[in-house]
Amino acid sequence: MTSQAYPNIKVNEHKSIWKFLFNELKPRGKWLTPFNIISIPIILLGLALIVIRYWKGLGSITNLTQEVPWGLWIGFDVVTGVAFAGGAYVVTFMVYILNMKKYHPIVRVTVLNGFLAYAFYTGALLLDLGRPWNVINPVIGNSYGTSSVLFLVAWHFLLYMLAELIEFSPAIAEWLGSKRARKILSGMTIGAVIFGITLSTLHQSGLGALYLMAKEKIHPLWYSEFIPVLFLVSSIFAGLSMVIFEGSISHKVFFNQISEKNHKSQNGIVHGLSKICALTMFAYFCLQMLVFIHTKRWDLINTPMGYWFLVEMIGFVFIPMIMFFYSYRTVNIFMVRFAAVLTMIGVVMNRLNVTVIGFRWDAAVHYVPSWMEIVVTLAVIFTEIWIFRWVIHRMPVLSESPAWVKEEH
Amino acid sequence: MSINRRGFFSVLGVAGLTLAVGKRTLASPKGKTDIEFFAVLYDSTRCVGCRTCEYECAKAHGLPEPPSEIEPVRKTTETCNTVVNTFQTTKGEAYIKRQCMHCNEPACDAACLTQAMHKNVTGPVTWDGNKCMGCRYCMVSCPFDSPKFEYHSTNPKIQKCDMCFDKQQAGEKPVCVTNCPNEALTYGKRRDLLKEARRRIYEKPELYNDHIYGEHEVGGTGWLYLASVPFDELGMNTNLQQSSYPSLTKGFLYSVPSVDLLLPPLLLGIYTATKNNKSKEEEND
Repeated sequence: MTSQAYPNIKVNEHKSIWKFLFNELKPRGKWLTPFNIISIPIILLGLALIVIRYWKGLGSITNLTQEVPWGLWIGFDVVTGVAFAGGAYVVTFMVYILNMKKYHPIVRVTVLNGFLAYAFYTGALLLDLGRPWNVINPVIGNSYGTSSVLFLVAWHFLLYMLAELIEFSPAIAEWLGSKRARKILSGMTIGAVIFGITLSTLHQSGLGALYLMAKEKIHPLWYSEFIPVLFLVSSIFAGLSMVIFEGSISHKVFFNQISEKNHKSQNGIVHGLSKICALTMFAYFCLQMLVFIHTKRWDLINTPMGYWFLVEMIGFVFIPMIMFFYSYRTVNIFMVRFAAVLTMIGVVMNRLNVTVIGFRWDAAVHYVPSWMEIVVTLAVIFTEIWIFRWVIHRMPVLSESPAWVKEEH
Repeated sequence: MSINRRGFFSVLGVAGLTLAVGKRTLASPKGKTDIEFFAVLYDSTRCVGCRTCEYECAKAHGLPEPPSEIEPVRKTTETCNTVVNTFQTTKGEAYIKRQCMHCNEPACDAACLTQAMHKNVTGPVTWDGNKCMGCRYCMVSCPFDSPKFEYHSTNPKIQKCDMCFDKQQAGEKPVCVTNCPNEALTYGKRRDLLKEARRRIYEKPELYNDHIYGEHEVGGTGWLYLASVPFDELGMNTNLQQSSYPSLTKGFLYSVPSVDLLLPPLLLGIYTATKNNKSKEEEND
């Protein structure tokens, strides 16, 4: 498809590149799929709500209060979404730094996923800003708040998105059929990877560090000075679980896009990832226990929040960890996928417990997100999936690179 | 390899930059100055709960007049920078005025990524609408929940007590202090006010509870409180840490430049090592 379009561009120069782009923008395939039927109304409703939000202020569609200034949009979209996007830095580390060739087939799709997650979930942050026209202030340098954790997180976000774009850019060059651009861009990959891993380490932990100053507001079972470390370690298995989950769906939905070779390697990759998940979850579980025992929180266990903590730690960390170990031993791919889903639920629980559920847990009136906040969140997720699908169908992400790429090597 | 090196240097450059700008991790004012923080001492035993300060504050800041019928315990809001609450204590009815505490090392100032929240060298913590992007991280961080956000505005502002910064610039006192009919509020240098507070406790130990709230709480605040009863009876949080709030993130912020600087060479090293292994394996084949 795309590779066939390549010679035409070269011949007809500029005119046809616009024609080519225009053709690529058109939707392909059937319109009335179940996913479209569900997602289109939600995206439209979400857009309407966003208009209301900018017209009447944040309070018009959110349930945020003076005591709970950060709700679902930060706690779920940003904090949880970024944890799930952690797969990109882990997989690029394995493939480019440790040179584990086995995982090469999933690099592009993971990086694409990561990039889109950052673009959309941090883009959703703009909806949450009260004065979004000032968003460039910490970037252009007229007022640097360098003592702020949020300043560091913002900068690491921005630079990491750039790094991920560079990591993914060879796929864009292949799609556009530009040999020279591809050569230059793929030469930048290793630099972008090193840069990206460093940035990820800091902003994954930085998202936790944001909450360090909310000391009196977060339930003590979820607050400790180790939040940054816990967030970093959990982002590894959160990201990889997302990779496993997304992979199992992509291999069904985009069946005809996936090359024969990648299809065969998929189970081996999932199997290998299960071991990494198991080990990092073991480290995370030990760390959580260490924090728990060290801070002497035994008396808090026999409370409703204590039971909730146990559900998270045992039901959604310990059990999936055992499942990952067991399925690695017995090569049970189905169980790996099940464990990945449990782990993802556990990560959502953990991030929401810090940011929303355990935040002001002792207040008389609790913050509960409004249905409109949930619709906007869903609209953001669906739009991201739309873009993801659009890219998968056009660029060599799951499919093989065009023939001319191999000729060069 | 040349491209690897270039990538490496770009990483190093940015890491170095982070190291350079990441230094100012604490929100204390830059440099040494002879200027001391101005502060306000509030003496609950002198307060009669007339709420004149509420009315004068609203008038001075262009906010709606406070309602005359009120509940005994309220919080400050985006339309009300200060409130006087009434508590039934072990020593009878007592009043307590609440507003922004103007901490010596404010969490909001350290949290703000645009320096919109700013601790001035003369004491007041003020907000700058030209810088603020409305992220509300100051509200998340503030241990007293002082900053309030206008949720129902298209051009929302952060509202809180500014210790009448413009008045202070002109050499005047805050309006609440000027208009207090019973001298419950005293304005002056923080150091002098602490002495004054200690003197009052020393002279009338039977009247005062021996605690100056704000002397040590969160590293010291710009509003100091005296009362006849322990402060938890007046709805004040007495479990706050003695060290400043920005110190909670200090460890993390210090680790940032080190990680930015040390991790890339390490990764480059591992990359080079594994790459060599591969070529050796190929030779062996």
